[in-house]
Amino acid sequence: MRYVIIGNSAAAVGAIEAIRQHDAENPITVISDETHHVYSRPLVCHLLGELVDEDRMYYRPLDFYEQHQVEPMLGVRATGIDTQAKAVSLAGGGTVSYDQLLLAVGGKPFVPPVEGIDLDGVFTFTKWEDAQKIDRYIKDNDVRSVLIVGGGLIGMKAVKALMARGLRLTVVELADRILSTSFDHTASKLAESILRRAGAEVITNTTVKEIVGKDDGSGRGQAIDHAVLQDGEKVDCDLVIFGIGVRPNLDLILPEPERQTGIKVNRGIVVDAHMRTSVPDVYAAGDCVETYDMILEVERPIAIWPHATRQGHVAGCNMAGVEKTYAGGFPMNSEDIAGVPTIAVGLTDLEGQVPSESQNEYEIIEKYDRAALTYKRLVLHHNRLVGAICVGDIDRAGIYTGLIRDQVDVTPFKEHLLSGSFGLISLPKEYRKHMVVGEGIIV
Amino acid sequence: MKRIYVNEEYCIACRLCEVHCLVQHSQSKKIIKAYKEEAPQLMPRLVFEEEGPLSFAMPCRHCVDAPCLDACITGAMHRDEETEAVLCDEDRCVGCWMCVMACPFGAIQRNLKSTKAASKCDLCYGEDMPACVAHCPNEALTFEER
Amino acid sequence: MSLSLLPPEFKIVRDDERCIACQVCVRQCANDVHIYDPEDDWVYSDYSRCVGCHRCVTLCPTRAITCVENPLDFRANANWTHAMITSLHKQAETGGILLSGMGCDQPQRIYFDHLLLNASQVTNPSIDPLREPMELRTHIGRKPDRVEVSCEDGKVKLNTQLAPQLTLETPIMFSAMSYGSISYNACVSLARAAKQAGIVYNTGEGGLHPTLYEYGPWTIAQVASGRFGVHPQYLDVAAALEIKIGQGAKPGIGGHLPGEKVSAEVSKTRMIPEGTDALSPAPHHDIYSIEDLRQLIYALKEATDYKKPVGVKVAAVHNIAPIASGIARAGADYIAIDGLRGGTGAAPTVIRNNVGIPIELAISAVDQRLRQEGIRNQVSLIAAGSIRNSGDVVKIIALGADAVYIGTGALVALGCHLCQKCYTGKCNWGIATQDPYLTKRLNPNIGSRRLVNLVRAWSLEIKEMLGGMGVNAIESLRGNRDHLRGVGLNEVELRSLGIKAAGQA
Repeated sequence: MRYVIIGNSAAAVGAIEAIRQHDAENPITVISDETHHVYSRPLVCHLLGELVDEDRMYYRPLDFYEQHQVEPMLGVRATGIDTQAKAVSLAGGGTVSYDQLLLAVGGKPFVPPVEGIDLDGVFTFTKWEDAQKIDRYIKDNDVRSVLIVGGGLIGMKAVKALMARGLRLTVVELADRILSTSFDHTASKLAESILRRAGAEVITNTTVKEIVGKDDGSGRGQAIDHAVLQDGEKVDCDLVIFGIGVRPNLDLILPEPERQTGIKVNRGIVVDAHMRTSVPDVYAAGDCVETYDMILEVERPIAIWPHATRQGHVAGCNMAGVEKTYAGGFPMNSEDIAGVPTIAVGLTDLEGQVPSESQNEYEIIEKYDRAALTYKRLVLHHNRLVGAICVGDIDRAGIYTGLIRDQVDVTPFKEHLLSGSFGLISLPKEYRKHMVVGEGIIV
Repeated sequence: MKRIYVNEEYCIACRLCEVHCLVQHSQSKKIIKAYKEEAPQLMPRLVFEEEGPLSFAMPCRHCVDAPCLDACITGAMHRDEETEAVLCDEDRCVGCWMCVMACPFGAIQRNLKSTKAASKCDLCYGEDMPACVAHCPNEALTFEER
Repeated sequence: MSLSLLPPEFKIVRDDERCIACQVCVRQCANDVHIYDPEDDWVYSDYSRCVGCHRCVTLCPTRAITCVENPLDFRANANWTHAMITSLHKQAETGGILLSGMGCDQPQRIYFDHLLLNASQVTNPSIDPLREPMELRTHIGRKPDRVEVSCEDGKVKLNTQLAPQLTLETPIMFSAMSYGSISYNACVSLARAAKQAGIVYNTGEGGLHPTLYEYGPWTIAQVASGRFGVHPQYLDVAAALEIKIGQGAKPGIGGHLPGEKVSAEVSKTRMIPEGTDALSPAPHHDIYSIEDLRQLIYALKEATDYKKPVGVKVAAVHNIAPIASGIARAGADYIAIDGLRGGTGAAPTVIRNNVGIPIELAISAVDQRLRQEGIRNQVSLIAAGSIRNSGDVVKIIALGADAVYIGTGALVALGCHLCQKCYTGKCNWGIATQDPYLTKRLNPNIGSRRLVNLVRAWSLEIKEMLGGMGVNAIESLRGNRDHLRGVGLNEVELRSLGIKAAGQA
């Protein structure tokens, strides 16, 4: 009996550790096109920003594969899956047969078809390799200024890395505000002012139309001179980073007719609560899947590190024959913006997420301290917490996450939710006693 | 696995648990020296909550299915094989605060004074009994297996 | 508003080299003596409010604090002492009755400290309590005048019907302290300890909280003049009943629980409105003669089917001997006598210090009188009023008591430091208070453990002393005044106690 995992990040590690808890013997093979020992992708920005050294990039100790009896095939690209013969084909020939297969292939950065993206000095920013390339380019080309396309979370990570290196930054965002999917208007504006105060420029309501190289302004292999935005504005830059978004990586499954895996996909790979795909013995977990959003009550990709780990764990259990289900998740992000910590969990803004006729079912509570530059916002639906934003003051924000997950009726303590002393002490005694005395929570 | 259990009926809000947690995690481990010399860098690792006559200490629950372990992007949060306690390797922690966001007990704090890393109860790793339990004057904290 | 003439009673001495400004003292003092100054990051003390309870001293993690009597000297005056002057100033300021908690603290003669015990040597051997059975078990109740037995098939059968008895594993009981004067946690501690030690505790005049019914077999339910909390179930669950006529700390006047201490639970247990003062009148308004007392005793016996001992508690006053005789003849199964130094939650200081007689003299008088009248067996005598150690227990039993009640002693075991401020409701040890911030400080797990330890320690000491005297059953010591000698007592006192002087064989 052989377990095969395509992918070598959070979901893969979750699965390996889960399998080994229940099955110490049967072999596990990991196939990854990256050459590195399992590392943390969220730390890529820290690496680029020279905030961590290479040794801290590794997500698990260097003897991880050995300790868990995993055969790592690193630097090997999977090219296809024969779900009838239960075999994975590899680049350069060769196949690996499986009894249980896990697709933990993660996400791919989205790059819009903009003229000039083929120039040197245009990068995406997800993998270790990307950080290395960008770092080399900065050093080799005396880069002074950078254009970051995308004012979302990935864009903010790029800002964090490059601000630490003292570069001049311009952020360009298509929506009317940065962080439009995780923040509300106030938090976005606050984030913007924090960035500006730190010396970055923020341009909203537009995006890049064209990237222009030096000399005659077109062609390959030339350094960047400037970028042109949709409204014609010119932005001087030596480096462009696309941090618009990540889509589930469906390369092994699409296009459908050619691939013929039979694995059902939507916006991501479709899985049930056991992380099983539509094909028997094939599982999927992490950024590549579509999963149940507990708050919006729809299936959609939620590419968040803790969810990937947890989904990998659930998949691994089921693959090893132990039943476990995944209850679903909701977005949650912790990001520091120019040194100001922020946390956004769940449904933080109704606009674009909730149809207008249902918006009156929701209640918003806010606390904005302009002097201290702290902001907290809570979104309630029928007296249950569904979303939380904390800017500046993030202490114990996890309590809100717990209330969202457990769908606790907050009526008895609604007035205390944003008070300075809010804590478990404000919750009803029975709920608190269950939490404090019990074994700890079940995720 | 032995855990710290909190009995809010007997907590007298003296906060000696905080005092002794801090001393236990200081360099000198001597109370007067720790407070007089090391104090600005130190912080207790349990969170203390108080409202009116109700109060209790809230150390990490060392959950069986810990959300902080899922959330940690560096692998700094790990479970100790021997004691089953959830520990944070503060040298690997980068201060991303995903664990702060994930812990439903709010038991993880940000140490902005010295390490700039996540700070939480480690069950006084290496000692027979956590310092807070040993020094609670009213037996509101117990260390037991349930 | 004119100046207060009252100086601080105590002074806080803080060693700033040891103080780490952890603020435990600030949080723990119910009188707000310690104050934290965040600007200078240090703790200082306004000790004008200090009552000398030692809570801060005990909890300070670096032992940085101590508490001394305020070293304020008046010109030496044997007549107008410092305390007298201060008390007078207080009355001039308030115009009210001066109150105190706990028992008489004046240097009246403590007869226990003038009594010495015997030990066996040469003429009759000691008994080793580790090797031979030593009986401390005591039965409280009426004993018959004669016992008829018959023998059938080598088995002895008792034909006489015995009056109901209260069985104690050791001749120590917890005295009456009402729920209201002490906290719920204190009551639970006493109840649990009584059960564990095989003795009993007394509800006092506050009734019995329903959660304590499970400890009924180890409970004496008191029926006092206010009849607080007296209802059929209350009488049913208890092991014995006690009619309270008076108490040693304040003979002649009734009980008083200030309204601040009548919380919701206290009000439910006592069956009175929340926040109202609970006043017990001086006499029971249905007992104005010995015949009335007899009527109440038998009313209670009828109500409980004659299955439980019914006792009477009186304060030790001048004519305690005829009073006791009357009570015995009125049908009581035991008489509890509470001496001059008995404790209380609140009493007018002048009455507490000046009214009543010491328990040693009272028990001696009653025991000798009842023996003279040939009715000693009709009642058990329980001595109360500052029994401070096992030596006092042995001495008072030798003077004639069957068992003792400990009140102050039990509270001291729970943590009391005798600051005497019980009536303020701010007991820092969580004992004499209903304040939810303070009552948490008494964890019944710890409290009951300490009480059981105390009873156990004293019992072991009593066994050692008995063994030393060559006595192997506490019964044999009762009224056996030949085991006592007086030292530093005059002839009248020796005669009153019925003992010889030390040096006399």
